[in-house]
Amino acid sequence: MELILDILLNPVVIALLKIVVIVLVFVAATGTVMTLMERKWMSAVQDRIGPNRANIPFLRDFRGRGALHMAADGLKSIFKEDTVPEGVDLVIFTIAPFFGFISAVVIWAVIPFAAPIGDFTFQITDVNIGILLVFAVTSLGIYGTVLAGWSSNNKFALLGAARGTSQMLSYEIFLGLSLVGVFMVNGSVQVSILVANQNTYWFGDVIPKWGLFTQPLAFVMFFTAMLAEAKRLPFDAPEGESEIIAGYFMEYSGMRYAAFMLAEYIAMVGIAALVTTLFLGGYHVPWLHAEGFQIFGWFMAVPVWLVSALQILAFVGKIIFFCWLIIMVRWTIPRFRFDQIMELGWKKLLPLSLANIVLTALVLLAVDNWNL
Amino acid sequence: MVAEQYIPVLMLLGVALGFGALFTLLGILLGPKRDTAVKKMPFESGLPSTGSGFKRYSVRFYMVALAFLIFDVEIIFFYPWAVKFREFGLYGFVVMSIFFVILVLGLVYDWRKGALEWD
Repeated sequence: MELILDILLNPVVIALLKIVVIVLVFVAATGTVMTLMERKWMSAVQDRIGPNRANIPFLRDFRGRGALHMAADGLKSIFKEDTVPEGVDLVIFTIAPFFGFISAVVIWAVIPFAAPIGDFTFQITDVNIGILLVFAVTSLGIYGTVLAGWSSNNKFALLGAARGTSQMLSYEIFLGLSLVGVFMVNGSVQVSILVANQNTYWFGDVIPKWGLFTQPLAFVMFFTAMLAEAKRLPFDAPEGESEIIAGYFMEYSGMRYAAFMLAEYIAMVGIAALVTTLFLGGYHVPWLHAEGFQIFGWFMAVPVWLVSALQILAFVGKIIFFCWLIIMVRWTIPRFRFDQIMELGWKKLLPLSLANIVLTALVLLAVDNWNL
Repeated sequence: MVAEQYIPVLMLLGVALGFGALFTLLGILLGPKRDTAVKKMPFESGLPSTGSGFKRYSVRFYMVALAFLIFDVEIIFFYPWAVKFREFGLYGFVVMSIFFVILVLGLVYDWRKGALEWD
């Protein structure tokens, strides 16, 4: 008995369990659901019903309002032919989809789902380099794009890869610069500290210090840069269906193509989680403290397990909201031209993010020196 | 202790590679194989493909890569300063301003030279 308990309380085993619950259950499921929700919400924007045909014949043609399309799409891609065209560099062609998964999955290592209870954290690992790890991993995603396009022996794919590399490299700069202000306010890059600092209040006990309120400019720039980094519309020039067909992954078919798509949707959920963690207080429920709700002297006790449950619910709710926002942005704003993308980045976001650093520095100096 | 914290990161890396391997292998093992000469041609909107796919492309992409190298390295200098900003106070602000002005001068030079123009 003691031996079993020893094995179960081993930090590696605990980390493994967290990985199974967070990545294999939550992230994979949300990514898959988002592939369907994208089409459902798209058809709502376009005044259509959307996918609803997949059914189970033995169960009175059960359709589940299109939910079965998730399974149908997956099964279909498994049994599709895996075509590899002539002249392809097979090794690079094969490893390119892996990078998409690496950049989409590994960032979940530092995302907290609820406030820690004692020694137990609702986070896979709380490394002190936190956000820097996220940056390191997201830049690996560029390799997926450039290797896929380069190895495909196709002119459109090469164009897509060249576009994708330039765009993702550029927006990585603004991504990094937009967060400098956040680091200045919090004095740390460790995710648990960033979130804990957002769970304090202004004006006594009323307005939470969410990143959205302390760094509004950074929020807008970070969200924009993240959309470009994930090649979501309006920044999908590397894919550009109407110009270069499917861009860097156009020679991929069957399951390898599905790998690109699933990685993209997992990355979308990851972006939503990152924006939530950095700017929307993460798991923070307004006015919910460790012991219960508290505002204007009014107090309501809440048991510990319910606090954690509420926090996880709030976190998932915020993620879904941002996924919805990303999809709505896609279906309301048309694609930017490539020169517009570069101009927006280098001539607008770059000076703006530098200005944000100066502004933050001045405000912080004023606050710290005159006790505002 | 600190090194131990990175074991889960490596495990996640394994999960990501596992996802990739699973997808690739499933497609290769379970999909049909019916190769034809036309199917194996690189796709060029239905026309027969001419020449190699590894073409030269515009030099502007290289310009962006160069600008990225310069600015990305400079951002790295910002991070330690940003984390310790409130402890350094006014002194840190003034010292960093010198670096900042040089960075902005570089940006203005780049801009006036037309390195940021796309057409």
